Amino acid sequence: MPMFTRNHLIALIAAASIAGCSSTPEETTEPTTAAPVTSGTTTDTTGGYGSTDPSLQNRVVYFDFDSYDIRVDSEATLNAHAQYLSAHPGAKLRVEGHADERGTREYNMALGERRSKATSAYLTSKGASASQIEVISYGEERPVALGHEEGSWAQNRRAELQYTSEAP
Amino acid sequence: MLVRKLLALFLFCVASVANAELTVIINSGQDDAIPVGIVPFGWNQPSRLPEDVAAIVHADLHRSGQFKPLDRADMLSRPTEASQVFYRDWKVLGTEYLVIGRMQPAGGGQYRADFEIFDVFQQRPIKKGTVTSNNLRGMAHYISDVIYEAITGIRGAFSTRMLYVTMEHMQARKQRYRLYVADVDGFNEKIILESPEPILSPTWAPNGRHIAYVSFQSTRPAIYIQDTITGRQQKITGFPGLNGAPSFSPDGRQLAMTLSKDGNPEIYVMDVASGSLRRITNHYAIDTEATWSPDGQNLIFTSERGGSPQIYRQHIATGKVERLTFEGSYNARPALTPDGRFLAMVHRSNGVFHIAVKDLVKGTFNVLTETDLDESPSIAPNASMILYATLKGGRGVLGAVSLDGRVKVQLPSRFGDVREPSWSPFL
Repeated sequence: MPMFTRNHLIALIAAASIAGCSSTPEETTEPTTAAPVTSGTTTDTTGGYGSTDPSLQNRVVYFDFDSYDIRVDSEATLNAHAQYLSAHPGAKLRVEGHADERGTREYNMALGERRSKATSAYLTSKGASASQIEVISYGEERPVALGHEEGSWAQNRRAELQYTSEAP
Repeated sequence: MLVRKLLALFLFCVASVANAELTVIINSGQDDAIPVGIVPFGWNQPSRLPEDVAAIVHADLHRSGQFKPLDRADMLSRPTEASQVFYRDWKVLGTEYLVIGRMQPAGGGQYRADFEIFDVFQQRPIKKGTVTSNNLRGMAHYISDVIYEAITGIRGAFSTRMLYVTMEHMQARKQRYRLYVADVDGFNEKIILESPEPILSPTWAPNGRHIAYVSFQSTRPAIYIQDTITGRQQKITGFPGLNGAPSFSPDGRQLAMTLSKDGNPEIYVMDVASGSLRRITNHYAIDTEATWSPDGQNLIFTSERGGSPQIYRQHIATGKVERLTFEGSYNARPALTPDGRFLAMVHRSNGVFHIAVKDLVKGTFNVLTETDLDESPSIAPNASMILYATLKGGRGVLGAVSLDGRVKVQLPSRFGDVREPSWSPFL
């Protein structure tokens, strides 16, 4: 079992590296060079999504008050991640939903879950597989901005995209 | 009888240290607060007592907002025996009730207090009592309870405790969450749980010993039940999605909760002993924050099924649902008085969040607080006050307000953000 896991992981890393270099995101062939595998990195600094698409480097999307609708200004970011996930079947993403401090804590926990699920649904509608995405809500419990005004609240109404495997 | 009751309380308080994180400030009191004189208790030993019992009683009664204790400096005499009481000394100051007492060592680190309550205008003693304990603060709260009941006819809640959560920012994206239990005056504070992951929604079981809360300690939300005496923690749920808003039924056998395992936030009831689950709500809207009616027949909860969060009541056996609030576009986090008549909640008006109370018999609706971001109302077991969390100076602090809104008390914290107070049942 540990051997399988290890081999499986190496294959995934290799596949990701190849796909990252490739112009065809559907690429799933076995690696022909060992270099990316032995380097132990999945980030390609010479090209591919990781460096050329700023949308892929953005890991946060924001929401309007008491809303879980995906905003138009989030679409470029989410499209890029959906494309990446689609091209990297081994990539795993944890989508964390957050709320601002206004309103009750458990209601915000539910709102945060709606945001994470709306984000996940958008990603799968654009080609990501549901099995690649885990959702979790932190409600208002994990603010990034600590102020008590709209500027802080706007930063806290968010979904964070945290790769747990094969980050771009 | 007294001793047994206190013993139970002190077992509960075991290992607690009197280092209060909270202090009390009276913001505004009732105009008709009853003037009382709490005379320093007699003590004829050479050593000093570690606590001033009469001062703690004074603070308890003051904090209730229903009493106006006389300053010691204004007292014309300081009787410690009934034979030393001269009613005219108190009548001239407008004092309506007088409390005197004597302390003495009772052996084995114990103390004995004999106290007596007098009606100054009627010039007669109305109640006397004796209590023996090694915990002077608990002893004082017990005496406060006796005085409160003797004068108001309502059982005192000074010997109760509260749970609350603090959050401390260590550095960017690194927090420390702590769940505390303390006396309701903020003393005898003790950490129950500490975690880098969120802790929320603490609530008491009716036995005053077990508590339930949500903790992310496993990196996902789960509901736990903990024994506050042994410290034993038991994971009750860990379903995919939300595991939140636990609330014990009045008999303590069932736990209402919010789960989204079936896709949507819905309210479920779990039989605690068997773990079997029963789904209560079935609606695509958010349903959460359930609390029980005193008879255990209904669940009161927040739902946005009408387009905005409002409070609903569902009869568990029949499933019949009734909307309880129509005031404004946001009413959430219901809490009921023990008689089921008054519904406390978080109410938004003009974008600001306050604590409000609705009289379910008369239908009247009162906003009780003027601060902002007020939340988590929790009602005293004698319905005298509502504890809640609010914001002061950019930090979360605890406040208390009477059901009629006339008395407000703030309990500022020294550090961290204090939130989610939960008032214990009678202990």
